[in-house]
Amino acid sequence: MSNPVNVDVKLGVNKFFVDEGTPHIELVDDPDPKEFAKLETACPAGLYKKDEDGEIQFDYAGCLECGTCRILCGKTILKRWEYPNGTFGIEFRCG
Amino acid sequence: MSEEKFDAIIVGAGLAGSTCAYLLAQAGLETIVIERGNFPGAKNMTGGRLYAHSLEKIIPNFAEEAPIERCIVHEKISFMDGERSTTLDHASPESDDPANRSYTVMRSKFDQWLAEKAEDEGAGYIPGIRVDDLIVRDGKVCGVIAGEDEMEADIVILADGVNSILGEKLGMVNKVTPHHCAVGVKEVIQLSKQQINDRFGCTEDEGAAWLFAGMPSAGHMGGGFIYTNEDSISLGLVFGLHNIADANKSVPQMLEDFKNHPTVKPLVEGGKQIEYSAHVVPEGGQDMLPKMVGDGVMIVGDAAGLCLNVGYTVRGMDLAVASGEAAAKAAIKAKEAGDFSESSLSTYTDVLKNSFVMKDMELYKTFPSFMDNTRMFNEYPSMVTDIMDDLFTINGPSTPLRKMLMPHLKKVGFMNLIKDGFKGVKAL
Repeated sequence: MSNPVNVDVKLGVNKFFVDEGTPHIELVDDPDPKEFAKLETACPAGLYKKDEDGEIQFDYAGCLECGTCRILCGKTILKRWEYPNGTFGIEFRCG
Repeated sequence: MSEEKFDAIIVGAGLAGSTCAYLLAQAGLETIVIERGNFPGAKNMTGGRLYAHSLEKIIPNFAEEAPIERCIVHEKISFMDGERSTTLDHASPESDDPANRSYTVMRSKFDQWLAEKAEDEGAGYIPGIRVDDLIVRDGKVCGVIAGEDEMEADIVILADGVNSILGEKLGMVNKVTPHHCAVGVKEVIQLSKQQINDRFGCTEDEGAAWLFAGMPSAGHMGGGFIYTNEDSISLGLVFGLHNIADANKSVPQMLEDFKNHPTVKPLVEGGKQIEYSAHVVPEGGQDMLPKMVGDGVMIVGDAAGLCLNVGYTVRGMDLAVASGEAAAKAAIKAKEAGDFSESSLSTYTDVLKNSFVMKDMELYKTFPSFMDNTRMFNEYPSMVTDIMDDLFTINGPSTPLRKMLMPHLKKVGFMNLIKDGFKGVKAL
């Protein structure tokens, strides 16, 4: 019954100012798969994914800056979580 | 007054920060608000409904000039399972007393308005700057650091939101744990005013607030919501993060499935999604409250964990406004006394304790643990929709009501019903 969600399309209408080359979130090398799985489920922006070969993929560009990953995995698989530099990141027109 | 030093620096231009700035500037304190977004509100989101009372006290009849969306006159609560829903619908005309009202708002617009009000009173706003750290000398917070720049003030007020990195750096705020929060996701879906009026039974300027228990959060602690804006609806859900490992689908998928539920689908039909946003909701209640006052520093709003979810009402913004007000009172008093120590600023927590903020936090302190019970989000929604199905289905001879009810109640278990009913009454 469920239509698979396409989060990228939803994010596509948002206004982002991406700070190219300055990721505000960084993962550790070889993150624990169990921890990573939590973020695959929880991240509202669907930024934590695995490709067809099961390789993990993460891109900070569509981040909604909610902090869910920081709360769930800030001590395990996130090397760094900070807010983007001033003026960068998501800009809500509605909010 | 030295050129370099302000009376107060507020970090974060949300409702708590700007309310505080408004009152401080009004009292003549030299006040600066630093905001990392390009304008006040750029990083802020809500479900969302603002209960007017606390802001009404500060800016009477604010809704006449503020960019509010609609005044809520329809309250709906639904129990929802896979395909069905049972709804309680309460309609009540707009109250004559503006303090009784609640409005749907969009923070990107609303927060800009409130910041302008504070600016009119003389507060200075610096947008586009992220505060990275605080200047601390001998245990006293003396200012803020942003990149290479430093700025000093007698008082720093942290209104930096639920992920209060600055509060954590001071050791005042414990890092939010999954047990103490939920993630909220929301789509704003554009529809015509007429479509909204027709679909939600509203006239112009009137709106509906609709909460859904059960299916939206995939049977775990949380729930769905719809709020009507002027020409869009906010459709979203919250999900308690401590259940994430047990979730059978992703949070974005939950929202998609909720949007496609037979009850919801016709309401959003033909609408255009214009924004997708997310935010963490501090839901730990009283357990989560941090140390809110230190030497030269106060913590307000979401950063202080001030949020109340009691199922049928979800509140954060009215608490944020009240906490901003309380911090302003303390700062003004401290300025008069020339004493910015923790004990002087503790007026802040005294004011909060005597206000609805702490009274309500105390009143509902057992509620988070009461709600964290999967029966609330699985068995009960299904029980209600099952009973309603039986009630309204005729096929052959009917069963007496009392006999019809029994199997449904048995399925959940009488003991569970009594236990949860008892606990629920106590928690409220």
